[in-house]
Amino acid sequence: MPENQNQNPEAGLPISKIRAGKVSKYTIPHFVAPLDETPLQGVDAVKETGKPLSMWAEAWRSLRKRPLFIISALLIILVIAIATIPGLFTSVDPTSCYLEFSNEGPSSGHPMGYNFQGCDVYARAIHGTRASLMVGIFTTIFVVLIGGTIGALAGFYGGWLDTILARLGDIFFALPMVLGAIIVMQLPAFRDNKSVWTVIVTLAIFGWPQVARITRGAVLEARDADFVKASRALGLSRGKSLLKHVIPNAMAPVIVVATVNLGVYIVAEATLSFLGLGLPFEVMSWGNDISSAQSQLRNNPMMLMWPALFLSVTVLSFIMLGDAVRDALDPKSRKGN
Amino acid sequence: MVQNSEPKPLLEIKDLAITFSTPDGPVNAVRNANLTVMPGETVAIVGESGSGKSTTALAAIGLLPSNGEVSAGQILFDGEDISKASEKRFVELRGNHIGMVPQDPMSNLNPVWKIGFQVKETLKANGLAGSNPKQRVAQVLADAGLPDPETRMNQYPHEFSGGMRQRALIAIGLACRPRLLIADEPTSALDVTVQQQILDHLDTMTSELGTAVLLITHDLGLAAERAEKVIVMYKGQVVESGPALELLRNPQHPYTKRLINSAPSLAAQRGDKHEMAVDEVVAEKSEPLLKISNLTKVFDIRKGFGRKEKFTAVDKVSFEIPKGTTTAVVGESGSGKSTIAQMVLNLLDATSGDIVFDGQAIGKLSERELFKYRRRVQPIFQDPYGSLDPMYSIYRTIEEPLRIHGIGNQASREKKVKELLGQVSMPASTMHRFPNELSGGQRQRIAIARALALQPEMIVCDEAVSALDVLVQAQVLELLDELQRELGLTYLFITHDLAVVRQIADNVCVMEHGKLVEQGTVDEIFENAKSDYTRNLLSAIPGASLI
Repeated sequence: MPENQNQNPEAGLPISKIRAGKVSKYTIPHFVAPLDETPLQGVDAVKETGKPLSMWAEAWRSLRKRPLFIISALLIILVIAIATIPGLFTSVDPTSCYLEFSNEGPSSGHPMGYNFQGCDVYARAIHGTRASLMVGIFTTIFVVLIGGTIGALAGFYGGWLDTILARLGDIFFALPMVLGAIIVMQLPAFRDNKSVWTVIVTLAIFGWPQVARITRGAVLEARDADFVKASRALGLSRGKSLLKHVIPNAMAPVIVVATVNLGVYIVAEATLSFLGLGLPFEVMSWGNDISSAQSQLRNNPMMLMWPALFLSVTVLSFIMLGDAVRDALDPKSRKGN
Repeated sequence: MVQNSEPKPLLEIKDLAITFSTPDGPVNAVRNANLTVMPGETVAIVGESGSGKSTTALAAIGLLPSNGEVSAGQILFDGEDISKASEKRFVELRGNHIGMVPQDPMSNLNPVWKIGFQVKETLKANGLAGSNPKQRVAQVLADAGLPDPETRMNQYPHEFSGGMRQRALIAIGLACRPRLLIADEPTSALDVTVQQQILDHLDTMTSELGTAVLLITHDLGLAAERAEKVIVMYKGQVVESGPALELLRNPQHPYTKRLINSAPSLAAQRGDKHEMAVDEVVAEKSEPLLKISNLTKVFDIRKGFGRKEKFTAVDKVSFEIPKGTTTAVVGESGSGKSTIAQMVLNLLDATSGDIVFDGQAIGKLSERELFKYRRRVQPIFQDPYGSLDPMYSIYRTIEEPLRIHGIGNQASREKKVKELLGQVSMPASTMHRFPNELSGGQRQRIAIARALALQPEMIVCDEAVSALDVLVQAQVLELLDELQRELGLTYLFITHDLAVVRQIADNVCVMEHGKLVEQGTVDEIFENAKSDYTRNLLSAIPGASLI
């Protein structure tokens, strides 16, 4: 055994005695690999080949190879196309209804048949896309703007501002979104001016705390990073370092949540419309169509199924997109060599 | 390989190749690796990160990541080839035949279970818990050098310090008296003095039990001191192996030579020193650039229900830094050294005391004066992965200070960025890249370039090289040294590693628990340390008395 091991380090021996290196009782050959086998390279040389890639470019590169992303992106492009130019997908006027066709099945030019009022179900579903998508997109925009700002301020400045904003968010968080929206939509100001925008505002009022929480968490993490300290030491003011360094680095989780929630808001709009509280009845939307099909569920279940299918596919594709984006932006999977 | 024919090697790795399948195709992490561990022998594998040292060891215990596999060669444990062994066989081997002490004591204990439970788990898994498991657990913990094991076993990991956690992990690794212990950088996250205690204890334990140890480390000094045999790995290959002392004194492969030249622990023992940037006589005469007197920082620690506790992080510290020299502030974690750096950078306000930079007290600067001060004093931080904004290209990163201070126009800034990249010996083409494409050392060089952009007079290096591999570390230190001579920079160099100090500093301040225990020139400190604390720190540098 090596001679130094039996000595107790606490025994007060001079340190050099204790750690003099070990000598094996076995013969150990001294092996040297031939130099040409592993040529010596420069210390820490910079790799100059390959295209430079930013975080976003790298995320995009990994994203575009995912089947989940491709499928959901194609579906979303289709939905957006339907919403912007519905005329491209149907030439039937969804408002010209003929009672003689009431509840009739599919026929040529009317692949999904007619509803109780004798309107073309397919045409209504196509024309209803715009309202649903608008609610989804604009609610998401408002929620990200309001929630993002509040969350970023709370997380970055902390202290009493954080306490107040966090409690404020908790109050809204404690109210179930649909329940809260029912009450708000009953307020005279909203009830008398029912439109797409009242629904958007209502959903945004109850949707922002979730984004605020996530932004706050991401900002908290980013604000203590050394590069923020470095930027302050370079002379950047606190506010500017928030805008230039902290927020861009806190964006990833917010984008993921926003994408997933876009689908959730479309569902919420349909729920409110189904309850008769959402969009005014003149506005064509999937929620309204589902609502009016409800009474005919036994006679003509397909009348409910078609708009519901449009709704589910749209929502599913946004949730799938959110999932794919989460995978691509997940910092754990890309820890930098 | 063994001429002394009777004992059989405990672990023999022959022509091992390990391949990882990655999205960019297969990567050969290890090629043609050969090593032998005799019973009761300590063998150290040394190499930089990415050299394949951990991968080789993990293959021997069957813990390769799921995308890695042994693509050629043999791993013979006690004569049995386990390179292709089933998971079931490995479960039998792990614990009571091959034990493991992982690297990071902070993340390798499960925070929701008590320490005692985690030790018992190991014993139970190997059927060694016996009739009185509690007593056995206490015994195992006591063996690992944990005082008062009966109380300690009922505590949770967060109640333990880093050193204690590492002892608990060693206890778990050795609980079932394995014949081979794989220790993967067991002390790299700990302070040197704690590292020394733990390795001493590990030595004693394994020699008592007759356990062979496969020690993985990046520090050649440490390897040479603790092992009979050292294996140097580079780019997935064993480039040199042999008796520890022989290898250290008579290295053959150029890579080993390079490592020995760069390892700060060894360099410190040799007494390698950097050249003074300015004439010593001139330095003494001139007014100090930075003067810190009676600097104190007290933090309020919230204890809940509005109760506060005072914690003095920095306690009446005074020192001066002459222009054009380097002063190192050395101390173990919690000594308050980084707090001083933050106060000098004016990122934290001092509770009392003065920091005077070039005749100006920086605590009382107005907004505009502070902005000017920022231009003259720049930081370089520890974590190369955290100090650059991942969203900014290298060009934007280095240009940012110029933009903030409104220096030059687009074209002149671009020229300046190229020039700065040249100064830190990076090709100009790097400026279009992003931090995630660069290695730790390269990022640190970018951070230096950014700090230099404003032509500061002083740079505060807060553990600037601690996270880097030895060779890269040496390279960055050399760069800092060169820049000092060229530009007349003054450095405040914060580090926990006394070994590095000798390579870079002119003056040293040693700190303990917020207090300055000793200060002097590098030679005074290294050759004639007055306080016990400093002497302990010095003797804990691995590789002492080997050269």
